[in-house]
Amino acid sequence: MTARLTPPVSARDHAQGPADAPVTLLEYGDYECPHCGRAYPMVKAVQRRMGDNLRFVFRNFPLTRSHEHAEHAAEMAEAAADRGKFWKMHDSLFEHQDALEDENLIAYATTLGIDPQWATAALEQGLFRERVREDVASGGRSGVNGTPTFYVNGGRYDGLLHPDALLDALVSAATPE
Amino acid sequence: MSPLLPAGTPAPDFTLPRSPDAKLRLADCRDHPVILAFYPADWSPVCGDELGVFNEVLPEFQRYGAELLGISVDGVWCHKAYAAARRYDFTLLADFEPKGAVSRAYGAYRAQDGFSERALFVLDGAGVIRWSYLSPVGVNPGADGILAALEALK
Repeated sequence: MTARLTPPVSARDHAQGPADAPVTLLEYGDYECPHCGRAYPMVKAVQRRMGDNLRFVFRNFPLTRSHEHAEHAAEMAEAAADRGKFWKMHDSLFEHQDALEDENLIAYATTLGIDPQWATAALEQGLFRERVREDVASGGRSGVNGTPTFYVNGGRYDGLLHPDALLDALVSAATPE
Repeated sequence: MSPLLPAGTPAPDFTLPRSPDAKLRLADCRDHPVILAFYPADWSPVCGDELGVFNEVLPEFQRYGAELLGISVDGVWCHKAYAAARRYDFTLLADFEPKGAVSRAYGAYRAQDGFSERALFVLDGAGVIRWSYLSPVGVNPGADGILAALEALK
């Protein structure tokens, strides 16, 4: 049983790097999860090494029952995406995993030039809850088996969460047979 | 050890404790799909990831009307503490006495270790196994196989 990304990457996803890059790395992650926090610099490292040969995509998989701030953090990332600031918010969240109270989230939004009243309303009214649920549902279908779970060109990466191991898998996926 | 029960097999009936003062009989869980998730032990890190993922994906299981039952050889008080700590929204059954008897009946027991395999079964509303999967004990299976099996039941 090989777990495959379902549905594949589309325009609905948040992506960094060229759409026609030979390799796409996708992460299902949780902004409060310590393992995802440790994977964050690993992803940055492989992005630097791969350059334009890599596209990186992030989908939400908040473990809401064990991480009480994870759902709102994911919703705030999606709120920022609505204002064209997804990746800046993504970085802020992973760089401040110890400060993910609602007031912190709204402060990060404000720093990015997002109206704090709108950001507050987005959380209170759950404007992006459905979007996050869609990601979680797709994660279930894709065989997410913990956070983070990575996919390389649509196949689940079950290797070590170490930059060298991940880079090997990315380079090998980028190299034509 | 007997092999994992395959698709097409009527699921062996059982009655197991679901809490310190209540039992669940499988035969009473009819007219909707049932997911049996055998796992080695409460508290072990890989199980936590697997069941934590299933907990988040519960709404997807429920879209098919399916009920999730976790099963290990841990006792009811251990399950109670574990489910409360992890805030699980599904039932954990204690295959505790005689130890592992239900796991054995499904071919999902590791006699050499004294705990259940990491094994998944999807039962249809008539109590017939429609999909089963044995995962390597150190690998977390994810919910993709379960969801595909539930989709195929429709």
